[in-house]
Amino acid sequence: MESVVEEEEEVRRIVTDEEKLEAKNFNVFDLPDVPKGLPPHLELQRTRVVCEVGAPLHATGTIYSGAYISSGVDNSVNLENFSENFKVDVISLTKTDMVFDMIGIPPGIANAFRRILLAELPSMAIEKVFVVNNTSIIQDEVLAHRLGLIPLVADPRLFEYLSENDQPNERNTIVFKLHVKCPKGDPRRKVLSSELKWLPNGSELLKESAGGSTTNPKTHTSFSRSQDSFPEFADNPIMPSFEDILIAKLGPGQEIELEAHAVKGIGKIHAKWSPVATAWYRMFPEVILLKEFEGKHAEELVKVCPKKVFDIEEMGQGRKRATVARPRDCSLCRECLREGDGAIEGEAKSKGKAEAKGKREWVDQVALRRVKNHFIFTIESTGSQPPDVLFTEAVKILEDKCESVISELS
Amino acid sequence: MEHGSFKDNSHATFTLGEEDHTLANAVRFVLNQDPRVTVGAYTIPHPSLESVNIRVQTTGDPAKEVFKDACQELMQMNRHVRSVFDKAVTEYKAEQERKEKKAAEELQRQRELFGSMDIESN
Repeated sequence: MESVVEEEEEVRRIVTDEEKLEAKNFNVFDLPDVPKGLPPHLELQRTRVVCEVGAPLHATGTIYSGAYISSGVDNSVNLENFSENFKVDVISLTKTDMVFDMIGIPPGIANAFRRILLAELPSMAIEKVFVVNNTSIIQDEVLAHRLGLIPLVADPRLFEYLSENDQPNERNTIVFKLHVKCPKGDPRRKVLSSELKWLPNGSELLKESAGGSTTNPKTHTSFSRSQDSFPEFADNPIMPSFEDILIAKLGPGQEIELEAHAVKGIGKIHAKWSPVATAWYRMFPEVILLKEFEGKHAEELVKVCPKKVFDIEEMGQGRKRATVARPRDCSLCRECLREGDGAIEGEAKSKGKAEAKGKREWVDQVALRRVKNHFIFTIESTGSQPPDVLFTEAVKILEDKCESVISELS
Repeated sequence: MEHGSFKDNSHATFTLGEEDHTLANAVRFVLNQDPRVTVGAYTIPHPSLESVNIRVQTTGDPAKEVFKDACQELMQMNRHVRSVFDKAVTEYKAEQERKEKKAAEELQRQRELFGSMDIESN
């Protein structure tokens, strides 16, 4: 009995406060030999799209925040993480084209920008055409359609939308005139977009008025002041972006006289109002050689790639090795993954038929991947606004959409 | 428009009119990255109608608040994108100007060099 009591006294000892705190903060993942983060094959699945010969793998991202919770990895992204990791690199920027990289953005948002650039950014385009005289062989409606597609150099932010009930005035309409004639005896002539004349004072066509000749004749627009008195248009007149667009052809004795009104609209309604020629993005390519390519194999690899992604590197003693020199240019043609069909081994064909047939000896040794969060954006503008302005406006429009949803919910 | 239940406000479907994949997919991405969300998805009932149904199910918080937070976060992400983009463009333009100035100076220097050589030969 006494010995048992002694043992109990030895076991009972004071647990200090530090030990209590340690026990509370203990995390299994902090132990020294437990690997942190995801295992490399899962990290590959999470961050890269692997492009095989047949189809890409792991293309759908795991965006669910608890996807890797059992490995202790938090997949949730909040604003701080995003702000720290987001980067933009401008590769090239001219008045009409722009190429830039966006790193660290989810693909859904990059796609939202692309869709807005194509369909929801406003621009000005000819909508109503008042035809006075058209004796050419191009029908009125075809001519009107063609006029609508001509891109105009006019900043849509300076104009308002024109709805059904509004009067066309200098704040929402741009008026152009086209009056061309091909005299009898002359050869056939072309009508180019440079012949569209801007009328800053509004329409010159008179409307038929009900009152007598005492009332002032009204035109189809009611401009209260001339558009070239605005400071924005004083130095840069409104005109088509390109002067050499062919509108119509006139034979001898034919004439076109019309007036065209341009209004503001968005690409969703009609593609003529899309301010970009096109806008697209692609994911950043990653090309990895899974084994060393030396000598003859290296030369074959360099020859096969149509975009010249690979290069030969001389290592002393006459040995050559292939390296990935320009992974950015890779267009995912998968030539380096294909089993050869004897076409490239053309020299071998001339030497002997036996060598010409058969597969390449180095199939499946190149890994083509795409980085999921890195996008190479290209924007080609039609001339009304420079591409960086277009992108900024597109981001603003997405912000406005979010705001309208929030205000609808509150 | 929110379709939910009065008793349990952690599950709801939001119908947005005049929206399409542009906003819905972007919001879905941000929504799913919130740890309070168990289901964040959207459907388009018919492509001819401009309408989107966004389904939000959370671990207890009211679905409306979580959805509003997601929209708010998307707005802030956009603002950040805009500021970083503007900075990158101004830096690029400044860099281009610097390069052009250097090239123009170089050209000027070479012209002067040739000019002075002509005088010497005379």
